[in-house]
Amino acid sequence: MSSLPPFQDLLDRHADDVLGFLVAAVGPQDAEDCFQETFLSALRAYPRFGEGGNLRGWLLTIAHRKAIDHHRARSRRAKPVGDAPEVAVEDRGPSTGIWAAVAGLPPKQRTAVALRFACDLPHSEIAAAIGSSEQAARRSLHEGIKKLRKELA
Amino acid sequence: MNGNGRLDVGTLIGDAVRREGDAGRLAQEFAGRAEVAGLLDVAFTVVDSPFGPLTIAATPKGLVKVGLPNQDPEDVVEVLAARVSPRVLEAPGRLDEARRELDLYFEGKLRRFGLPLDWRLTAGDFRRRVLRRTARIPFGETLSYTEVAAEAGNPRAQRAAGSALGSNPIPIVVPCHRVLRTGGALGGYGGGLSLKEELLRLEGAL
Repeated sequence: MSSLPPFQDLLDRHADDVLGFLVAAVGPQDAEDCFQETFLSALRAYPRFGEGGNLRGWLLTIAHRKAIDHHRARSRRAKPVGDAPEVAVEDRGPSTGIWAAVAGLPPKQRTAVALRFACDLPHSEIAAAIGSSEQAARRSLHEGIKKLRKELA
Repeated sequence: MNGNGRLDVGTLIGDAVRREGDAGRLAQEFAGRAEVAGLLDVAFTVVDSPFGPLTIAATPKGLVKVGLPNQDPEDVVEVLAARVSPRVLEAPGRLDEARRELDLYFEGKLRRFGLPLDWRLTAGDFRRRVLRRTARIPFGETLSYTEVAAEAGNPRAQRAAGSALGSNPIPIVVPCHRVLRTGGALGGYGGGLSLKEELLRLEGAL
């Protein structure tokens, strides 16, 4: 007999954070697909989740991996067309510039920025989600912010 | 972040994120994705009835739980997560037929439920036999605890039969309200005696 909460609880509590993270990490156009894939992967693995673990952190780690997969697939698709992946051109709306700039960051910086500003995660949890030390997470975040400032100024 | 006139990237991203995406809609769509992927072990929804909200739940095999109005839906769902599978989602689609039959029943237009049932929340042969026998008591008729016990194979086990009926996970559809004390006294009911009485009245048995 397990004492994991019903999966619906995870969805109710963390859907906003997961979607927010993904909007920042892959842009609003693709966030919805990544959202479904994140929760499907989570649901598949859920019965084996260790009790008492941090469920939000676990979900965001899965979302982080989906975002990385997404960017890889995207740059593979973009390769035959030109050498530099054309990122986020199809994203529309008033925030197009932001999403393009975030998408242009290296993966760890992108995730650190998204977790910090879309989900308000502290450095320790950002570190856990991207699998690095707290210091490295802090550095990724700082580098990411610096680049975005330059890009968006 | 922005003490010295530098671009506040955090606020910019935070605001932009809040303008995008509808997590509530996506979460609802997710139940359908889970069903297609074969990962929806337990679907539940809360439906209205003349006696208050019912929490109903189904596995791919059939209806597994009816939570009566005196049971908090959250508690019902937690028990399902612990005893069936933690892969539990609010997914009204799988329960459309159950809802339809229950609606008709409460209008007095359905006398026999045709829903497939999943008995997994009832452990033990005797307890299952008691509930299966109870499931066949026709609309508007009643049996005594002793009769049900006898037909389940042990006429002296009316206490055990009473306990099986008392923990019936699928009340109303498995009509344990149709089992009374010898002589016609109401006996007990998990949903409260007044509900038992109202159900029997609805069926014209009182």
